[in-house]
Amino acid sequence: MDFKKIQPIHLDILREIGNIGAGHAATALSTMLNKAVDMSVPSVNIISFEEISEMIGGAENVVASVFLRILGDAPGCMFFMLPIEQAERLLEDLLGGQAVQLINENDSAISLSALQEVGNILSGSYLTSFSNFTGLNLQPSVPATSIDMAGAILSFGLFEISTVSDYAIVIDTAFTDIEKHDNVKGHFFLLPDPDSYAKIFHALGVPLDE
Amino acid sequence: MSEIIKVGIADINTVSPPDTIRTTGLGSCVGVIIYDQTKKIAGLAHVMLPDSSLSKAPTLNEGKYADTAIQTLYKILVKKGADLKALKAKIAGGAQMFQFTSGNEMMRIGPRNVESVKKQLLSLGIPLVSSDVGGSSGRTIEFDPYNSSLTIKTVNAGIKVI
Repeated sequence: MDFKKIQPIHLDILREIGNIGAGHAATALSTMLNKAVDMSVPSVNIISFEEISEMIGGAENVVASVFLRILGDAPGCMFFMLPIEQAERLLEDLLGGQAVQLINENDSAISLSALQEVGNILSGSYLTSFSNFTGLNLQPSVPATSIDMAGAILSFGLFEISTVSDYAIVIDTAFTDIEKHDNVKGHFFLLPDPDSYAKIFHALGVPLDE
Repeated sequence: MSEIIKVGIADINTVSPPDTIRTTGLGSCVGVIIYDQTKKIAGLAHVMLPDSSLSKAPTLNEGKYADTAIQTLYKILVKKGADLKALKAKIAGGAQMFQFTSGNEMMRIGPRNVESVKKQLLSLGIPLVSSDVGGSSGRTIEFDPYNSSLTIKTVNAGIKVI
């Protein structure tokens, strides 16, 4: 995987994947919560590992995350990640208003299970549209949940790419709850494996130059 | 004024008092500290992968792999005047952030990193004084070369010193 072969048009393609994928996920979230959810224009960046954690507030920032492996034609990793307070509010909305605490709470099994299900549904809709758009056969693994430091979690998605590079292409889409207008955001991170880029670009008719 | 020297992912750096050295958000990565307690020189490597044979990159980033990172750190410390026979090590990290029932080998990267780091230290004859590895929590670690204490902070288990 040579990042020098990536042209602006390829980044546009990845941005469109982020756009369509997160668009479907935002609609699913909106339906689940029965309220409007706003989505940012996706950003696609080739950045160092260090900068990826900066995107979510620094390596030490505590986040709630759902991780899944993408299996099939173009393997990769996907994260649904949001700041801990935002995750608690989201789950309170979903669980009918009961107070939710995700840290230092012995009785948080149902909250974690709900978080995992939210991540599963959202990532599933993201991935389905990614698959439809590209015609590639893609399936999600069973999701896994973790509440921990952003850096510790994100590094888990970097092993495949880290054997070939110190940089990764990160397709990031943020969304916000329109009514509350707060700045807390959820993020989708899509990290295709190094060999998957060629397959994605080929599937969409814009192969990388050899 | 003492400073905190920061070490990023796949990075290596050294420290001497009154400064301390720190790396944040260790998941399955392993933080390796090698130090000379008498001369008060220490170095920290943030190891990401177990072995440089995994590398498919045109140029090798030595700080990324357990074998090359520890050898490089060892050479740097010796160059800075550390006493070979006095070198000791402390390590932390190597967690399994997500539990999968049917993961591939990459999913076990934390334990593999720890095994590889220990093997490498053994081959260089550096005794491992203490460690805090495994589990499923991310760690932020800070080493003070003045008293050779390693402070480990996690989200769920608070702070401990080894």
